[in-house]
Amino acid sequence: MLAALVIVFREMIEAGLIVGIVLAATKGVPRRGLWVAYGLIGGTAGACIVAAFAGQIATLFEGSGQELFNASILLLAVGMLTWHNVWMASHGRVMAREMRQLGVAVASGERPLGALAIVCGVAMLREGSEAVLFLYGIAASGGTSAAGMMAGGALGVLAGAAVSALMYFGLLSVPARHLFAVTTGLITLLAAGLASQAVAFVQQAGYLEVLTGTVWDTSWLLSDDSLIGRLVHTLIGYTAQPSGAQLVIYLLTIAIIVALMRFVRSPPASEGKAATT
Amino acid sequence: MKPPNRQRHDSWRKYGTAIALGAPPITTTFRQRFWRGRILPQCLVPVYLATLALGGAALAEDVTNIEVTIKDHRFSPSEIRVPAGKPTLLTIKNEDPTAEEFDSSALKVEKVIAGGRSATLRLRPLGPGRYPFIGEYHSDTAQGVVIAE
Repeated sequence: MLAALVIVFREMIEAGLIVGIVLAATKGVPRRGLWVAYGLIGGTAGACIVAAFAGQIATLFEGSGQELFNASILLLAVGMLTWHNVWMASHGRVMAREMRQLGVAVASGERPLGALAIVCGVAMLREGSEAVLFLYGIAASGGTSAAGMMAGGALGVLAGAAVSALMYFGLLSVPARHLFAVTTGLITLLAAGLASQAVAFVQQAGYLEVLTGTVWDTSWLLSDDSLIGRLVHTLIGYTAQPSGAQLVIYLLTIAIIVALMRFVRSPPASEGKAATT
Repeated sequence: MKPPNRQRHDSWRKYGTAIALGAPPITTTFRQRFWRGRILPQCLVPVYLATLALGGAALAEDVTNIEVTIKDHRFSPSEIRVPAGKPTLLTIKNEDPTAEEFDSSALKVEKVIAGGRSATLRLRPLGPGRYPFIGEYHSDTAQGVVIAE
């Protein structure tokens, strides 16, 4: 039972953290809970479908179907997170100012909630399908321990939800005037980390045979398999042995998001002048 | 009424000291030149060239193929020897009815192999050393190591 709990919990950490960040980033937006719930339900249903067709997906693209599938849904999440940040940079300036003035989050109906729902769904889909396969394996093999293992799996899901709550309430303890900047920063790093994971999958599939060498090895300091390693792996994209391409894409994703956010942002100089004259 | 060359005037005040010390007058800030000018593209050129060069080198290598079987949640062989510095192809056959996830952070591989199916895994060229892997769904029995030498 404990083993099942640990395995399912490990798969759920990533989804848990992402949902926590998304909830904090949309603090005060009406109907955000509904959208996140849509994302999670859709993701869970998707996870079951992916698990059911795992064998078929794997045989696509000369046996690299699974890697390419993982990479493409990760890149979808990166795209949605980028869109969210860019949207917030273009529309959110006024909102952010109001937030600072009032010291509280201002409710605003129009936010790219659909994009964030997809992000939650994708997180659930990818990690959830692995948890479903594992639990299905237990259920199929039967035996006396199966019930206990399933209970362990359910507890693992609950523990993942607890991570989500911790992340959310942790972020809410950040003063409201900084919350916007903090969630924007977190989402940027999250997107960069997911992009680098996607590259790892593409390289595993053998489609990107460049810069495959390991740049550094810090597994002696912080292993990917440890709990903290897994947390920082999701949050900032840490990996103990990154390949060159992973590092390049990681930095490139941050650069692209920051550049896009600057590009769409109305020039602050004109705003300053308008205020003084 | 707006002064016509206010921007210029402002930057003159900002960079006046530097000009007095002999630096050429700058009318744009570094930030403007970085994002709108040629600094960013110029920085990316060496990255692009390095990518091409390494890609060409990697394509020229040949691949070793090794077969591994999963049965009763154990790998056989559980010790896999591969030549160091060369890419390897692992064909993993899962003879169990349930799925298994081949997982190794050292090898940077994470792959689900459905029950009764086989999967192909490409290992990157490895430096000499031991790279442990597990079947994540049965990590108490499904353990192995890739030894690159």
